[in-house]
Amino acid sequence: MHIVVPLKQVPDLVEELQIDESGKDLNREWLKYKLNEFDEHALEEALLLKDELGCQVTAIALEAEDIDKTLFTAAAKGADKLIKVMGNWGTSLSGHGAAKALASVIKGMQYDLIITGVQAADDRDGQIAVLLAHYLNLPHVSVVTGVRIAEGKALAQKEYSGGMMAEFEVDLPAVLGIQAARETPRYAPVSRVRQAMKQTSIEEIPARDFVMSAGSSVRRMFKPVTGHGAQMLAGSTEEIIDNLLNVIRERGIKL
Amino acid sequence: MSNDVLVIAEQLRGKLEDVTFELLGKGKDLAVAFGGNLVSVLLGSGVRDLAARMGTAQKVLYLDHDQLAEYNPETYSKALVGVLKSRNPKLVLCANTSMGMDLAAGLSVDLDIPLVAYAVGLDVENGQLAATSQLYGGKVSVESEFEGDRYIVSVIAGSFPAENGKSAGSPEIEDVSVQDFIHDTRIRFKKLIEPEAGDVDITQQPVLVSVGRGIQSADNIPIVQELADALGGALSSSRPIVDNKWLPKTRQVGKSGVKVRPKLYLAVGISGAPEHIEGMKDSELIIAINTDPGAPIFDYAHYGITADLFDIVPALTAKLKG
Repeated sequence: MHIVVPLKQVPDLVEELQIDESGKDLNREWLKYKLNEFDEHALEEALLLKDELGCQVTAIALEAEDIDKTLFTAAAKGADKLIKVMGNWGTSLSGHGAAKALASVIKGMQYDLIITGVQAADDRDGQIAVLLAHYLNLPHVSVVTGVRIAEGKALAQKEYSGGMMAEFEVDLPAVLGIQAARETPRYAPVSRVRQAMKQTSIEEIPARDFVMSAGSSVRRMFKPVTGHGAQMLAGSTEEIIDNLLNVIRERGIKL
Repeated sequence: MSNDVLVIAEQLRGKLEDVTFELLGKGKDLAVAFGGNLVSVLLGSGVRDLAARMGTAQKVLYLDHDQLAEYNPETYSKALVGVLKSRNPKLVLCANTSMGMDLAAGLSVDLDIPLVAYAVGLDVENGQLAATSQLYGGKVSVESEFEGDRYIVSVIAGSFPAENGKSAGSPEIEDVSVQDFIHDTRIRFKKLIEPEAGDVDITQQPVLVSVGRGIQSADNIPIVQELADALGGALSSSRPIVDNKWLPKTRQVGKSGVKVRPKLYLAVGISGAPEHIEGMKDSELIIAINTDPGAPIFDYAHYGITADLFDIVPALTAKLKG
């Protein structure tokens, strides 16, 4: 059983995001990147399957700044093989483009299952998992919160709204878009990551096919002003709490 | 090519989802702007009566097949590709729901039509569509323009009023035959799994203290639980808390959780991603505590506090306990 896990970095949303001078992209000069949290869950689900069934797990990512560290971290957590897909796409590759580049390399690999995050904070033109499945002509289920393998097939639990779920049996090979792993994603201490950097190598493979455009482009980026805006309560902790309790009591909520 | 706007209707267990009416309401305006008709496509088995409820549409294409009785990413996708190829609408609208996330991007590849996802706004300017998406956890709005003249857009639920799509009317219902190729499937629906029962029903609670990523670790959950207890309310949460198994699924507010409308919704350490906002924005009183003054939650809250929850929450609990 061979599982491929495409990984992607996204801007760290805890940091303040700024729009650049063109008004069409983020100001990326000081932007901090981190592994897409859904990809982190996808990697965890793959590693859980490895723990249970002894699968081989390959982490794959497109060439990007600091992506090596993300790949080595995956190795420190238990990924067996690391692949970096090389290409001159800068920072503005579309989701379609990224999926096509990944598909062009994965096509030549041996695999039974591709597991990646259900979405990323910047996939404006669609989610990688679905796109990848359609470029590779594979069956696909997204918003998956648990995978089991039985009799050469995957059993995937898919989340609906209101806590309802559905179970699907999926022929392999297949692509699954992971919402959440069955367990909290494991942590790799820095020492293990350093060790992985020494002991593991990243195989670099050029993308055989990719497109930059997805048939649409960004015209403008701006900070949203969607709601009515909150009235801010400020002051000392004591003052804030008194104001807060007054607001709640004024609404007739019994405390 | 037609100038029609085609809405992919969503039904579960014989009930149309609210978001379908949101899309119909918005789709009606867009169809007028393009000079086409509003058409809805409904897939299922034995649910023809639902088609009649979509009076806002001029026409409903109804695909009835036993393989479409339950939603299946593969059969629904194949059936929709067939319909869209023959009808060739100007614009396809689907919801950015669990089902829509399976379908939209795949249709974009199979039909070679550009997709813009996570849309919250749609306008027609000089005959061309412009779509505004909420990206980066709701922190940035992105306006997209298209190169061609056909489009697929997936829309975040709650972006448009459902009332606009609920007109009476009687649409023309056209039965569309489904080819048998969908019998040979690589994905098979096995069963629906009901939500776990037995826990607190957060939709029935007048006071909710809702906790997000700002709580940092499972060990800190008791801090917010104590506040919920002191307020006589219950503890709910945003998605990452449940994904990390710090609270059970039954406590999750938002797109993949439940929608709530309590008298008081106290959001603690929740940034306010669109998926979360969808589930709580109709609460009567929303108060948000977050360290980030730019957090989207402050756009929806009535009152906001820019502070560390670890300062405010224990002090508030202590004050309430007197």
